[in-house]
Amino acid sequence: MMYRLDSPAGEWIDVSAPLRFTFEGREYQGYSGDTISSALAAAGVPFMARSFKYHRPRGILSFADHDSNTLFQVDGMPNVRGDVTWLRDGMRVTAVNTFGGLRHDKARVLDRFAPLLPVGFYYKAFHSKRLFPRWERMFRALTGLGRVTLGAAREATPKRYGFCDVLVIGGGPSGLSAALAAAQAGAQVALADESPRFTGNGAPPTLLRAVQDSPRIALFPATVAAGYYADHWVALAEAGRMTKMRARAVVFATGVIEQPAVFRNNDLPGVMLASGAARLLARHGVAPGRRPVIVAANLEAYQACLDLHARGITPAAIVDLRAEPDNDAAVSACRALGVNLLTSSAPFEAIRGADGRVAGLTVARLEPSGQPDARSLRHLECDAILMSVGWAAAAQLLLQAGGTTRFSEELQQFVPSVLPAGIFAAGRLNGVYDTESRAVDGRRAGSQAAAHAGFGAPSAEAVARSLRCPSHRFPIIDHPRAKNFVDFDEDLQVKDLENAAQEGFDSSELLKRYSTVGMGPSQGKHSNMNALRILARYRGVGVEALGLTTARPMYHPVPMKLLAGRSFYPERRTPIDAQHAALGAVWMPAGNWRRPEYYHVSGESRSQSIEAEVHAVRNAVGLIDVGTLGKIEVHGPDAGQFLDRAYAGRYSDLKVGMTRYGLMLDESGVIIDDGVIARVQENLFYFTTTTGGSATVFRELQRWNALWGLDCALVNVTGHRAAFNFAGPSSREILQSLTDVDLRDEAFPYLAVREGSVAGSPARLLRVGFVGELGYEIHVAAGRGAEVWQALYAAGSRKGLRPFGVEAQRVLRLEKGHLIVGQDTDGLTDPYEANAQWAVAMKKPYFVGQRSLRILQARGPRQKLVGIEVAPGAPLPKECHLVIENGAIAGRVTSVTHSRALNKSIGLAMLSPDLAQAGRDIRIRGENGEMLAAKVAPAPFYDPKNLRQKAGSGA
Amino acid sequence: MKIMVCPLNGPRPVSEFAYGGEVRPSPDPDTCSDTQWSDYVFNRSGSPGEKYEWWCHIASGFWFVVLRDTLRDVVLGTFPAEAARQGLPPAAGASAAPPDVPHGPGVPDGAS
Repeated sequence: MMYRLDSPAGEWIDVSAPLRFTFEGREYQGYSGDTISSALAAAGVPFMARSFKYHRPRGILSFADHDSNTLFQVDGMPNVRGDVTWLRDGMRVTAVNTFGGLRHDKARVLDRFAPLLPVGFYYKAFHSKRLFPRWERMFRALTGLGRVTLGAAREATPKRYGFCDVLVIGGGPSGLSAALAAAQAGAQVALADESPRFTGNGAPPTLLRAVQDSPRIALFPATVAAGYYADHWVALAEAGRMTKMRARAVVFATGVIEQPAVFRNNDLPGVMLASGAARLLARHGVAPGRRPVIVAANLEAYQACLDLHARGITPAAIVDLRAEPDNDAAVSACRALGVNLLTSSAPFEAIRGADGRVAGLTVARLEPSGQPDARSLRHLECDAILMSVGWAAAAQLLLQAGGTTRFSEELQQFVPSVLPAGIFAAGRLNGVYDTESRAVDGRRAGSQAAAHAGFGAPSAEAVARSLRCPSHRFPIIDHPRAKNFVDFDEDLQVKDLENAAQEGFDSSELLKRYSTVGMGPSQGKHSNMNALRILARYRGVGVEALGLTTARPMYHPVPMKLLAGRSFYPERRTPIDAQHAALGAVWMPAGNWRRPEYYHVSGESRSQSIEAEVHAVRNAVGLIDVGTLGKIEVHGPDAGQFLDRAYAGRYSDLKVGMTRYGLMLDESGVIIDDGVIARVQENLFYFTTTTGGSATVFRELQRWNALWGLDCALVNVTGHRAAFNFAGPSSREILQSLTDVDLRDEAFPYLAVREGSVAGSPARLLRVGFVGELGYEIHVAAGRGAEVWQALYAAGSRKGLRPFGVEAQRVLRLEKGHLIVGQDTDGLTDPYEANAQWAVAMKKPYFVGQRSLRILQARGPRQKLVGIEVAPGAPLPKECHLVIENGAIAGRVTSVTHSRALNKSIGLAMLSPDLAQAGRDIRIRGENGEMLAAKVAPAPFYDPKNLRQKAGSGA
Repeated sequence: MKIMVCPLNGPRPVSEFAYGGEVRPSPDPDTCSDTQWSDYVFNRSGSPGEKYEWWCHIASGFWFVVLRDTLRDVVLGTFPAEAARQGLPPAAGASAAPPDVPHGPGVPDGAS
């Protein structure tokens, strides 16, 4: 049977443009202006989907995209929203969540097992750790909605930032009036409405036109305001775009969401909300049924009856839950039409017909207690049941915005009570129901919002809330055989919620989490209110005592593509990056930077290349890019004093032209960073930080500087300067050929700093010993970096130079026993434990961490960083392997490597102090649990007297 | 996203700022006991209310002090960093009543 009505076919339908599509393999026809759901309903296919849990037949419920019944797989795209997705010619539509098709879904058997699947079933049945992987596989196969097409083309969707004075959410009479009032006050207005077409939702056409013509109102039709974020930032999900709208004030005219009656089989295809039926009828010319029954508890039900009658559909009956319908012309008109009106009656059970559609309704007399009298049943034949029993405030966004609501007993609805600054509510959300009053309330809210944004004076126009109660206080009918669904997403019945409450989950928050009510894709739009009523009855309290749960943003499903950003991983590169690449660099990440781990040379393995790089530094010369180090200048008369306070060492007495190691502590005395501090001029210090710590160290230094108020200023020159370490026995000889700085030991001793030119570029040279050889750190302007690197490389390559990477540097420094902050130390390591007390000047009046060090010094170390040597022939342990003593953990390896120069495996380990004497045997638990022998050894391992880095001119 | 009003740069998205913890005057390290010092270093008050906090506008490296009601997440005022050294007026501590306005369409609650 076709359900499309003859002319007029519907406001949105163009009968001259038929569209062909398939559903579950069968071909159907719709028209331009149909959505997927309306086309199926018109074609007489009420059975459109299977439910999530029990795989029960489902069809249209809200026809407003508020439920998740009408989700489809369309041309490979999962979970397409059938209520609002326009039909296109050639569309291939299938149901989601079926095994073997909609009709013959094998999982429909689950409906019979429903009694075995009580509320909280998952928590009760699947807590065994051993069996869990099995259950997980089973449920992953059983659950889920549409199927993701992994081969789908990547679709980039734009995101944009929007700005307005007043954002109005909702395009009904109150929203339109609010937008117009705000625009008339001079505000720039944005108006978002979720309906697929912007039609005013019952507002007078003149108002709609005025809004459409206003140059100050930007319209966002077919747009869901899906989430409210701080300071009036609202996510507007449009069809193919996300707009992040920043407003100065927001008017919520989000209206109300029609609520279902709860009775046995209230989920059958053909049972739908009266407002959904009205939309089908008016927009698409589709009869919700040829002989519907209306379940009523408000005046809207009678208006629906008249609307149907006007299109030639006479309802079989109106079943009113109330004893007395409203005293209203619409009720009299229905009586006059001779529609069978059953008062004090309740839908007891919907009967399923052969084709899956509802075929009848059993009606029970309601006793004064509100419960059905199961002895007084009568049967009505029908092909649709339209529910018009009440509404719930669409307050999700309002609650997200920090508004509070109270439950109005008179309206049986939550209404706004306290709203934060800049937030306004209007219309049915605000409890104002008739069209004229909604417009007045909208004007009031719009003018107040505009005034909040700085436009015009706020209106004091007042309007009373509805005098008629539009919602029934308990539209829930018990049935001994249940299947009276509260939550259609999660297939929750009345008894599930009662059982959950009985098991102790009897607050609205707990009930939600335990039973999953309101946690499906429709986020409780049709279930939260009824669930609260059931819980209130169970506990014998009013709904007010329970309160609404706040839906998290996004409160309505938003396609992932609107949320997904572009893949963007910022990476910093030093000025020498191209040179590294040309030399065969194998990259590794270091903080935000990429650095050469080593340079691949054809014919060499990774370890051979690293060994060769180490060998070059020890025997000739090596060149490493250390431009990733943080580089900071501090200028001013108090610069030395500032560093005295910020670092553990003393710098105010440092001679101009000299450097000193710097150890930075936090207030608890833990090592957080290190570097080299050079006094370039009396009032200018230049110092380095670790690569990873540069940004946070600089920020922390800025704070100290702001707090202490010393006469000095900091400049972060990390990105302005390139830096290399040019190290090895031949470094001085080669570098001298490129610089005007006198490199002789007497002129430029160990730990000195000099300024001059290198390869024609102004440079700062620091004589350092991190790798344990004669060496110079050369700092030049970033723009000169590549040129200077090339000059050093060219000059050195005739003398056996190899560029070396981070890995070779780690071997070299480990041979010297130098620690790396963050690798050999952790978030608890103090200088005494790291044997770095030589870098601490406790006699200074103050430095960060000093007071804690006094305590730690008195307490003594709880661990000690020591050198270790792995027994010859034993496999190499790894970093973080544990040191075991008497069956207990007594420490861990922090660094380990094989040293070719020493021909043994060496490392650093953090040990308990009683093991930390040189020569002590220790045992390390290796990769596979085997115990590896090692012994504590004095560091440095290589050149223990540091003669090589201090080498004079003759060395 | 929240908007933070930086005293130097004006209103900017909060993602441009780094939070630096509560402004807590240090006890005198030379006269306080070990217990007092440890309390200062390790213990934080998580109770909501009006608190002075360090905030830094990252791009400009500008540190300043914010008086924020952490219960309502509302910034009540900003101060230059020097104020942390020179002394800030005492914060109210426990949160004050929200300044939000009662809402209604013009009729008293319950009268409809």
